[in-house]
Amino acid sequence: MNQPASAYFMEERRDPNETHTLSVLVANEPGVLARVIGLFSGRGYNIESLTVSETENQKHVSRITIVTTGTPMVITQIKHQLDRMIPVYQVVDMTLTGKSIERELAMVKVKGSGDQRIEAMRLAEVFRARVVDATNESFVFEITGATSKIDQFVNLMRPIGLVEVSRTGVAAISRGPEGM
Amino acid sequence: MSDSNSHDANQMTGAAMIVRALVDHGVQHIFGYPGGAVLPIYDEIFQQDDVEHILVRHEQGAGHAAEGYARSTGKPGVVLVTSGPGATNMVTPLADALMDSIPLVCITGQVPTHLIGNDAFQECDTVGITRPCTKHNWLVRDIKDLPKVLHEAFYVATSGRPGPVVVDVPKDVQFATGTYHPPRKSDVHVSYKPRTKGDPGQIRKAVALMAGAKRPVIYSGGGVVNAGIEASRTLRALVEATGFPITSTLMGLGAYPASGKNWLGMLGMHGTYEANMAMHDCDVMLCIGARFDDRITGRTDAFSPGSKKIHIDIDPSSINKNIRVDVPIIGDAGSVMADLLQAFKAEGKKPKIDPWWFEIGRWRARNSLAYKRNDDLIMPQYAIQRLFEATRGHDTYITTEVGQHQMWAAQFFGFEEPHRWMTSGGLGTMGYGLPAALGVQVAHRDSLVIDIAGDASVQMTMQEMSCAVQHDLPIKIFILNNQYMGMVRQWQQLLHGNRLSHSYTEAMPDFVKLAEAYGGVGMQVIKPGDLDGALHEMIKVKKPVLFDCRVAALENCFPMIPSGKAHNEMLLPAEANDDATAKAFSGGKALV
Repeated sequence: MNQPASAYFMEERRDPNETHTLSVLVANEPGVLARVIGLFSGRGYNIESLTVSETENQKHVSRITIVTTGTPMVITQIKHQLDRMIPVYQVVDMTLTGKSIERELAMVKVKGSGDQRIEAMRLAEVFRARVVDATNESFVFEITGATSKIDQFVNLMRPIGLVEVSRTGVAAISRGPEGM
Repeated sequence: MSDSNSHDANQMTGAAMIVRALVDHGVQHIFGYPGGAVLPIYDEIFQQDDVEHILVRHEQGAGHAAEGYARSTGKPGVVLVTSGPGATNMVTPLADALMDSIPLVCITGQVPTHLIGNDAFQECDTVGITRPCTKHNWLVRDIKDLPKVLHEAFYVATSGRPGPVVVDVPKDVQFATGTYHPPRKSDVHVSYKPRTKGDPGQIRKAVALMAGAKRPVIYSGGGVVNAGIEASRTLRALVEATGFPITSTLMGLGAYPASGKNWLGMLGMHGTYEANMAMHDCDVMLCIGARFDDRITGRTDAFSPGSKKIHIDIDPSSINKNIRVDVPIIGDAGSVMADLLQAFKAEGKKPKIDPWWFEIGRWRARNSLAYKRNDDLIMPQYAIQRLFEATRGHDTYITTEVGQHQMWAAQFFGFEEPHRWMTSGGLGTMGYGLPAALGVQVAHRDSLVIDIAGDASVQMTMQEMSCAVQHDLPIKIFILNNQYMGMVRQWQQLLHGNRLSHSYTEAMPDFVKLAEAYGGVGMQVIKPGDLDGALHEMIKVKKPVLFDCRVAALENCFPMIPSGKAHNEMLLPAEANDDATAKAFSGGKALV
C-alpha cells in the first residue's frame, strides 16, 4: 500500500466509534455557543445533535446537550477540551453515568388522503404523537421520546407521505435527586 | 487627597483604565502599533511614564516580541494594536503563543459599539477570528465590565496552562467614563479553576514505578520552563536523586543543563540517537510538562512500546491525547515534581540502573551529531558551535527562526539555564526570532541577545530592524545563510524526488547593506578561519547587527527520524548516504 510522502504520520487509528451524550453547563455569555461549536469544527469532532438553552436564569447558566461520536480516546479529548474552556462549569458524560433520561421533540408533517390519513393517525396513536395542525390533506404531529423512537416514527411516516421533519435535538438529565 | 475624593480618583475613561490596569499588574513594557481605534489609549500612554511602549513596524512583530519578553522573564507579554488589520496581523503570534503556552495579554481596539457589524472602516470580527487561537477572549461592550475583564485577562493568561488572551475594546468604551477597581478575586470566572496540586495517590503510584525501574528515562518539556525557575531547580534535584537519564523537547531546553551528566540531548525528529533510543527501549517514562507531540513520538503505534508512562501536566486535555499513559498526574510541574521528589526520597530506594547507562553509553558512542568538517566552507553546525564558544561567559539569550538553523541551534548550542531559549516550537513560525529577540532585549537591556536565523525566515520580519535601532536594542541576528529554505529543501530532497520547488532564493538581499540602511551594523563571513574573530567583533558591537554567515549550502540536518518510522529507526548522519536515505524514505511507510 503506497501512501504519499508526507511530513506527518498519515495512518489513522481505526478504533471503533462510540456515541456519547454530553451535558455541558456553561456561563450564559455572548459567544459561548460559538466557542463550543468552534471547538468541534476546529478539532474535527462530530456533532450528531446539539441543543442549548438558558436553564437557570438567576445564575446565568445555560445547558448545552451534545450528542457526539468518536473513538474512546477522542470522546475523552472532547470532554477535556470542553472542560478547559473558561466559561464551562462542568461536563458530564451522560452515557457513562448511565442513568440519564434522554428526550427529543419532533414535529412531523405528513401529506396524504383516504387510507393514508387513517394509517397516519393510527400510527400516531401508537407512538403517542399529538396532532398540532391539520388540513384536508395534511397533519403535523408532535412527538417526544428517545431519538430511536422518533427515528422509527419518521421512518414509518415516510411511505405514507412524509413532507418534512423538524427536530429539537436531544435534551438529557440524570435520574434521581442529585443534580450535576 | 481626602477620603471624599478617593472615589473620584477611580473615575476615569476606559482608555485610562487600561493603562491603570497595566500598572496594577506590574507591566513595565508593552509592544504595539497605533491606529484609529486605539488612539485614546495611545493618548493616555503619552501622558504617563510607568509603562514604556515599544513601537514595532508590523503588529506580528509586536506579538513575537511580547512572546520573547514573556518567555525570558516569566511575566506576561503585553501587546496593544488597533482594530481590523492590526488585530488580524496579531493572529500568527496569538496562535504561536497558544501552541507554546506563552502568556500574552493583547488589547485590540475595535470600532465603536454602534458600528460593530456594519463593515465599518478597519472593522473585523476580532473575537471571532481570534477565538480558536487564544486561551480566551472578550469583547467589552460596556465600560462597567472593563476593569473586571482586564484583571481576569491577566489571571487567565498567566494561571494554569499559560496562554494568550485578547481584550477587544470598542473606541466608545475607551472614551466612556466609569469606575475603576484594582484587581480582586471576584474578577475571575467561577468556572475557571486550574488545578496545580498533584493527587497524592497518583504520586505514590509514580514513585512505585520509578523505584522499580530498570531502564527509566525522564522526558521533560516546556511546561517545566513555564512553571518557573524553581521548577527547573526541582527537576535537577529529581534527576540527581533518582540518577535517571533525562532528555527534553525543543521547548524544554535549559531546564536541565546541557553540561549535566545525565543529559541525553534533545529528543524527537532531529533529536540525538541516545535520547530517542532511550525513549524507545525504556521501561519507565516520566514525562514532565510535555505533550507527546507528533515531532516527538514518530509513529504513535511504535512509540516506546515496552514502557509504563507517567505524565505530569497541568492541562488534563494533554493526557491520553496522542499516547496512552499509565499514571497521569494533573498539576503544576514544579509542585508535582517537589511532591514526587519528597515521596521518592522517603521511599529511600534508588534503583540500580548501571546496565541501562552502559547501553546508553553505546548509543552515545554512535555520535549522532557528527558532521563532516570543511576547511573552505563554514559548516552550519560548526558556526553554531563557534557561536556557543564565543558567548561563554556572557549573559546570553538565544532566539531562533524556524528551519534547519533552529534544529542545529537546538543540537549544538548548550543551554545551561531555563528562559534562555526562545523558539517557535508548536506553530513553527518563520519570522519569530528577530522580533522575539527585541522583546528579550527590552527585558534584559545589558544581556547578549542573539537571534540564530535562517536567510529565508529572517526576511519575514526584517522590518523590525528599524524598531531595534529606534529603541537602542543591540540584538545580534546571526544568519546561517545557505540561500535556501533549508528545511523545505531537505524534505524535497528526501521525499519529493529532489524536485526543489521554490525553495531556492534567487534574489538575496545584501544583508550588510541592508543592516546599514536600517542604521545597524552589517557583517559577512565566508571562510571558516574568519569566523571566530568576526563573532567576537559582533558581540562587542553595542548596536543591532545583521551577521551574514555564509554556510555550506546543501548541508542537511541529521540525525532524523524518517517519516512514519519509530524512534529506533533513526537515520544517522554517517549512514545518510543517498542509498540509505532513499531506502529510509521509500516504500509503504514513507511518511511523517
